[in-house]
Amino acid sequence: MPKELWKGNEAIAEAAVRAGLEAYFGYPITPQTEILEYLSRRMPELGRAFVQAESELGAINMVYGAACTGVRVMSSSSSPGVSLMMEGISYIAGTEVPAVLVNVMRGGPGLGNIAPAQADYNQAVHGGGHGDYQPIVLAPASVQEAIDLMVLSFDLAEKYRSVCMMILDGCVGQMMEPAQMPEMRPVHRENWDWATNGKMGKRERRILSSIYIEPAEEEKMNLRLLNRWQTIQANEVRYKEYFLDDAEIVIVGFGTAGRVALSAVREARAEGIKVGLLRPVTVSPFPSEVIEQLAGRVDAFLVTEMNSGQMLEDVRLAVKGRVPVEFYGRLGGMVPFPDEILNEIHRMAKSKMAVNANPRDAWLARMATA
Amino acid sequence: MQKEIIIAGFGGQGVLFGGQVLAYAAMDTGKDVTWIPSYGPEMRGGTANCTVVIADHEIGSPLVKNPPLAIALNLPSFDKYEPMLASGGTLIVNQSMVDHSAQRSDIHTIFVPCNEIAEEIGDKKLMNMVAIGAMLTALPEIKIEDVEKALEAHLPARHKHLLPKNYEALKRGFEHAQKEWDKVPCEQVQNGTLFEELCLNEPGHGLHSSLSPIL
Amino acid sequence: MIPENAVCVRPEGFTETPTHYCPGCTHGVAHRLVAEVLQEMNVLDKTIGVAPVGCSVFAYNYFDTDFVEAPHGRAPAMATGIKRVLPDRIVFTYQGDGDLASIGMGEIVHAAARGENLTVIFVNNANFGMTGGQMAPTTLPGMKTTSSQNGRDVETQGYPIKMAEMLATLDGVGFCARRSLHDAKNIRLAKKAIRLAFETQARGLGFAMVELLSTCPTNWGMTPVNSLKFVEEHMVPAYPLGDYKISEAIKQIKI
Repeated sequence: MPKELWKGNEAIAEAAVRAGLEAYFGYPITPQTEILEYLSRRMPELGRAFVQAESELGAINMVYGAACTGVRVMSSSSSPGVSLMMEGISYIAGTEVPAVLVNVMRGGPGLGNIAPAQADYNQAVHGGGHGDYQPIVLAPASVQEAIDLMVLSFDLAEKYRSVCMMILDGCVGQMMEPAQMPEMRPVHRENWDWATNGKMGKRERRILSSIYIEPAEEEKMNLRLLNRWQTIQANEVRYKEYFLDDAEIVIVGFGTAGRVALSAVREARAEGIKVGLLRPVTVSPFPSEVIEQLAGRVDAFLVTEMNSGQMLEDVRLAVKGRVPVEFYGRLGGMVPFPDEILNEIHRMAKSKMAVNANPRDAWLARMATA
Repeated sequence: MQKEIIIAGFGGQGVLFGGQVLAYAAMDTGKDVTWIPSYGPEMRGGTANCTVVIADHEIGSPLVKNPPLAIALNLPSFDKYEPMLASGGTLIVNQSMVDHSAQRSDIHTIFVPCNEIAEEIGDKKLMNMVAIGAMLTALPEIKIEDVEKALEAHLPARHKHLLPKNYEALKRGFEHAQKEWDKVPCEQVQNGTLFEELCLNEPGHGLHSSLSPIL
Repeated sequence: MIPENAVCVRPEGFTETPTHYCPGCTHGVAHRLVAEVLQEMNVLDKTIGVAPVGCSVFAYNYFDTDFVEAPHGRAPAMATGIKRVLPDRIVFTYQGDGDLASIGMGEIVHAAARGENLTVIFVNNANFGMTGGQMAPTTLPGMKTTSSQNGRDVETQGYPIKMAEMLATLDGVGFCARRSLHDAKNIRLAKKAIRLAFETQARGLGFAMVELLSTCPTNWGMTPVNSLKFVEEHMVPAYPLGDYKISEAIKQIKI
């Protein structure tokens, strides 16, 4: 299939269709509305379900209902809307049904703005809904990657009966890039042994619920989720490496912050500075192992994010204090330019932060004196 | 090779489409390319801009602070992007909509009366194509035929009858700019100090800082 | 084997699980009517129920059909999701007044406005039963609950919401009625309405709801008999019984 110029949001929508999406439920919110608009046209054309819900609460619970029947279903939203969906996401996790979500993140907290941000990392990766569960979270940095990960999201969600969320910032959603679509997969309804799709004279009744009224039973369920999470951690970590072979400084950044860092890394390399980039593609499960290995042979890390240092804590956990982990972030919908990161590389090439210093404090102190 | 281009103007001047045409031409000639708009209220009037990055490798940042190439289709865009251009860069200015001359002497500023040329061709909406044609004089990586092929391949069928006029607009813009090149002096500023200060003073040099939210 | 002289047997639509409802509560009656209707329509095999949060949170234990358990108030949205991908199944929600008329107001109104082919069984017992008898949107003016201890003061706590009347104004609704469960005659009428609500769905005639006036002897602090009297004397006048919307096609159905 030849490459076409696709806008991120529309590419995501078409990729989902080609992955066998049978139902989409959503609510308009910038900067992801093109997903809803595209599917409002595309899904009925294919005889598949599309509903513009009354709210994100409505949308996520329509997803929940359809997910219980075992079909491929998704919703998409942007930060404030995803906050509203958190109730349903927790229920979906607690019911162990597969569901796919897309968060095209914008500046926050609160109403914030509509500019690109990565400030929902913690909500997606570490929290969000109530209770003990771990979602799979993918973070594409380009339109092609968004397409590929959209398809993967459905496969992973089904494989692990899990919530799979793709987080991208408004840049990736709004940008156009040449990209290749996958072949259209036929809609395929697996004969899941858990789906509530009617007995139809073939089996005993099934119940899907997130209720475990006996704490001992709930604990068993929590452990089952945790065991499944260990399998996911062992098998599903994905990341991209750039110039890591001889790197002395390693930048870690996901999504747009990661690709902006790539520009800075190239410029620094041209100057002879041995710097590389690790771009996590799965931010949950997090590529802790590769960072831990790198920590044994590099001089320092620089984490770049479009937030106040959320993934930073995961990098620090993996590095375990062996080398300095520094931080550079832009907040509130600001996107860093490569020269900002290049300045950090220049600074670190001369002198690094003490290994026991707090990277966020050091970054804020640098900002204050700049 | 990597080239960054910012195209800016009023909503309705074909800013975003102009960038997409360049992106298509880059893609069709086997290059990597990104196109990113400033999204939001611009869709409903006001100023619009898009950034196109063309490269022969995986593109990093889709946004650029100091582009080597820019098109300003109106006065606010001229005033906004002139200080931002990289030293030695080229700025195509729609002369039809500005009322003063260039402030910087370390960049090439090419004035093109895009509106008038477009009207001569018979459709003032072609003003963006005139500007794109002019821009190609500073972007040897993309040939005018590449843009023509891209238009032919990607223009919706219902607009195909407009192709000859689009080609004409590209050609006229290109030719006008070629003549202008001979007239424009370019005194390279060695360290570009003044220029950098201007950039740093630009409030919220990011893409979206001036937007009010659409909710 | 059911003995020939049996007067009352468990409907096929029920599992053998004993219900958890309080003595004298009419949830059991409402459940039974639904199970009987599903059996009579021969649709148990293709029915998927959606349980709410509230006293009937465990409804899924009692019906011999597939069932899911919705977040509080979201049953109509979940049911929409199911019905849209499985349009040939029978999908119903079973919701109380806190679930449907308070936290789930958005979901129920929009499911009705979209004309979703769903059947909604709405049990109105004028309070939040499961959490211990707090004021609900349907609590009568002056009625004492644990969160309106001097009686519901409409000046500060607002007025009861009449769901059947409200939803009947929406074009997407095919059938909308209110019945009561306080005596045998009314129970028979309720069953007919429930049947019509499921027939509406089976014929693709839009959204259908039956509001059932019910007792809550435990939280009302009454004997079961007195609570039935309370329904008759206080609930029925405040929430008049009747068909609030019945489409022409439904009127033709003879049961």
